[in-house]
Amino acid sequence: MIPELGSAAAIVALALALWGAAAAAAGAGTGRPALVLSAQHAALGVFVLVTACFALLSYAFLAFDFSVRYVAINTNLGTPFYYRITGVWGALEGSIILWTWLLALYTLVVILRHRESARELYPWVLAVMLSVMAFFLLVITVAAPPFARLTPAPADGRGLNPLLEDTGMITHPVALYLGFTGVTVPFAFALAALITGRVGDAWITLTRRWTIVAWYFLSLGLLIGGWWSYHVLGWGGYWAWDPVENAAFMPWLTATAFLHSVMVQERRRMLKLWNLALVILTFGLTLFGTFLTRSGVIASVHAFTQGTIGAFFLGFLALVLLTALGLLAWRWDALGAQGELDSVVSRESAFLLNNVLLVAAAFTVFFGTVFPLLAEAVRGVKVSVGAPFFNQVNVPLFLALIFLMGVGPLIAWRRASPDNLRRNFLWPVAAGVAAAAFFWALGVRSALAVLTLTLTVFVAATIAVDFSRATRARLRTGERLLPAMGGLLRRHNRRYGGFVVHLGVLLVTLGVTGSQAWSVQTETTLRRGEHAELAGYRVRFDGLSASEESNHFKVAGAFTVSNGRVLGVLRPAKKFYPQEQSPIAGVDYRLGLREDVYLVLGDFARDGSHATVKLQVNRLVSWIWIGGVVLTLGAGLAILPERKKPA
Amino acid sequence: MTPRLLRWLIPLSAVPVLALLAYGFRVNPREAPSPLVGRPAAVFALQTFEGAPLALEAQRGKVVVLNFWASWCYPACYEEAPVLERNWRAYRDRGVVVIGVDIQDTPEAARKFVRDFSLSFPNARDTTGRVSVDYGVYGVPETFFIDRRGRIRAKHVGGVTDETFRTNVETLLAEPTG
Amino acid sequence: MSARGAALGLALALAVAVAVAAGAAAQAPTRRVTEQQVHDVAAQLRCVVCQTLSVADSPSEMASQMRAIVRERLEAGEPPERVVQFFVDRYGEWILLAPPRRGFTLLVWAAPVVAVAAGLLLAAVLLARWTRRRRAAPAAPPVVDPAMQERIRRELESGP
Repeated sequence: MIPELGSAAAIVALALALWGAAAAAAGAGTGRPALVLSAQHAALGVFVLVTACFALLSYAFLAFDFSVRYVAINTNLGTPFYYRITGVWGALEGSIILWTWLLALYTLVVILRHRESARELYPWVLAVMLSVMAFFLLVITVAAPPFARLTPAPADGRGLNPLLEDTGMITHPVALYLGFTGVTVPFAFALAALITGRVGDAWITLTRRWTIVAWYFLSLGLLIGGWWSYHVLGWGGYWAWDPVENAAFMPWLTATAFLHSVMVQERRRMLKLWNLALVILTFGLTLFGTFLTRSGVIASVHAFTQGTIGAFFLGFLALVLLTALGLLAWRWDALGAQGELDSVVSRESAFLLNNVLLVAAAFTVFFGTVFPLLAEAVRGVKVSVGAPFFNQVNVPLFLALIFLMGVGPLIAWRRASPDNLRRNFLWPVAAGVAAAAFFWALGVRSALAVLTLTLTVFVAATIAVDFSRATRARLRTGERLLPAMGGLLRRHNRRYGGFVVHLGVLLVTLGVTGSQAWSVQTETTLRRGEHAELAGYRVRFDGLSASEESNHFKVAGAFTVSNGRVLGVLRPAKKFYPQEQSPIAGVDYRLGLREDVYLVLGDFARDGSHATVKLQVNRLVSWIWIGGVVLTLGAGLAILPERKKPA
Repeated sequence: MTPRLLRWLIPLSAVPVLALLAYGFRVNPREAPSPLVGRPAAVFALQTFEGAPLALEAQRGKVVVLNFWASWCYPACYEEAPVLERNWRAYRDRGVVVIGVDIQDTPEAARKFVRDFSLSFPNARDTTGRVSVDYGVYGVPETFFIDRRGRIRAKHVGGVTDETFRTNVETLLAEPTG
Repeated sequence: MSARGAALGLALALAVAVAVAAGAAAQAPTRRVTEQQVHDVAAQLRCVVCQTLSVADSPSEMASQMRAIVRERLEAGEPPERVVQFFVDRYGEWILLAPPRRGFTLLVWAAPVVAVAAGLLLAAVLLARWTRRRRAAPAAPPVVDPAMQERIRRELESGP
């Protein structure tokens, strides 16, 4: 009964979405508000129905309804309660429902915010969003039905992928999907602008906050994914340049570029064509990302693929790209720049360079990801493109971007006079040089690490210079320090929100540099009572313990960690799930600001007499997560509504 | 090309990318051609589950079907085990030997597998993984067809069928022994 | 004790001594190779069962067996490139995590250079066009930041 209700809800939702898209487009084309209103109601109906689908699927999970194939594959009688909830979006069909639900949610908010404020664009925005939803509902009803039955219903299910039994499952997909689906909104506005011919600044101004929101959730999703990889996957790293990771990284890169280039269009009315192309590219990349994850075309640890769904996504991607880019070509003439520049040394140039580097990085990652496919198609050979490639080619690009992060916010628009350059950059450059000397004196010999740290100090100094100068100006008017700083942040929340986000990025850079340059590891087999030493830590193997959990069998090793004094006992484990062919490594770690001690259990003897353990001391990794928190604060600050009166 | 038409390059540029992705449906990213075909098969010296020595060199002069399997490899290994056993019994008197190498497995599960399928051809565990590396094994099951002079002539990834077995073995049997 | 018993006892003692010595030697092999060296070689190889991780990073059993082979070969004096080639000979070039910088695969290494060059070229064209424009620029919408900077500058220069 329940599954049939769910399937019916999806079909009705699809019909509503198709009707709504047609009605909104027709209403916009013929100027009849009644049709647009009907489309609004359809969107609301879609939201209610998709929520119902979601609820019914969750119910099937909680009630152990193994007659539903999706439930039988992703859960079993031993799956703990909370993982039966998060497991709903743990595999293909459920993840598409999550995606659709978030799209419907965004559509509702767009309706609430823009039905009055964006009269010309709004109906087309609605049409586009409903069309995208219609596609995903089509996938749900035809290609990946979540309520497909399994007859006869098995007595017990297979079980959730053990790697997904983690708090990361609650947050990572939701955050990432909020980012992916969020990009649909600026895209819809861009298409609306192209269709109506109103390709000026209106669509940019309306979508500014949407872009920040989508960009933020993409960043959050990526960072949580990194955290999840670090503490669950048992290899001690947070980023592997896996094709599906790349698939999320590429739209992030182009979204970052877009975030910056819209500022040029806002201030100087330039880059109109570029901005439209960029947002279309970003949306296309989000579709490409979901295509990669679901088609199995490129091998990946993430890929959860099935049947014809890849063809659906590729078809939709083709439709979107050809239509949107075709519209862009059609409106080409209206997209000339209206600004003028006096000097190449200016903020416009800095932003342009920022965009070049970000899009080049996105292209590099894209090319590297699809290259195995290209090599097979052209030469018939199998090649791998992995972390060593991506690390080597992207590092120079990111270093240049960090440098620009310091230059961009302070350099003047139109023309930066030598005076402007001196006032803004003298101290930061001096600070950078001093920092370089300092690190060299400290014994840091990796040129890359010194360079990265120097640039980080430089950028931090530019932020400090700007903020202190502005604060001092306020202090001169008689304001006290804290209100001055607070008022500054609030009055110019866009600017300082951006600065805080940049600071967050600097902290992430610090964490990445530290962990890449100075982490050490070793792998050794220890007898009971024996110890291994690394970087001042002594790790002693105390023995194994076995336990029967609700859905797996766990063997944990007890390792006492000390560095002069005993720090604690770490228990990395190996978990044996009946449905998995090899055991899942469970790591244990001790986090710190300066370094993490990280243990992975390898082979062990049945009698507990000896065990192989991989011991890592990872440096500065925690700063990546701290940077994520700072990034959140910055994004929050940037989205605040603007104060009209001076504070 | 006039500037007017140049603008249509933008949407057209998406086409080769889409075509490449569509091509991706035709390939299996997990299959890779083996560089070992045509080269001498790496020698190994293992011990069967019964404790008897099992060395490749001892099989010189016979056609060898070398199969890599694991007890957790479901369903492919479970489907091909009876095929291998059946064909082993059919061909053993014609100078063909089937050897099974169990990789990434536990002794108990492996023995159970051998028992369950009543495998009578020699099976050994590759405890150190060296044999699987020597043969470039990246998944199970994989089967190598080695001729009488000890050269790998074919590699089959995935479960072996009667057809595959017979075709390869008959080809190698038809070759002169000299 | 009879001569025979003594001989037997001596043989036994010798056997035990040899066994203990062998055991001790097995427990602590002469490590002429550092973990870092093993790591450096293993980081170039793709773990065949995990699809994206390197042999150095992967927690899988297959990877740890491959690391053992790397360690053994390095200890035997083989240079790192030969160890890498050992795996390439058996698996093919896809076992390398980064494609070789020659032949067709050079293309993927060239891609970032080409992308940046093309981007810079495009940017240069755009900038040239913007700086050459003779039309009067329309008044830009009120901009907070440069005005703010101007105000600050004036206030700083006016001084106490």
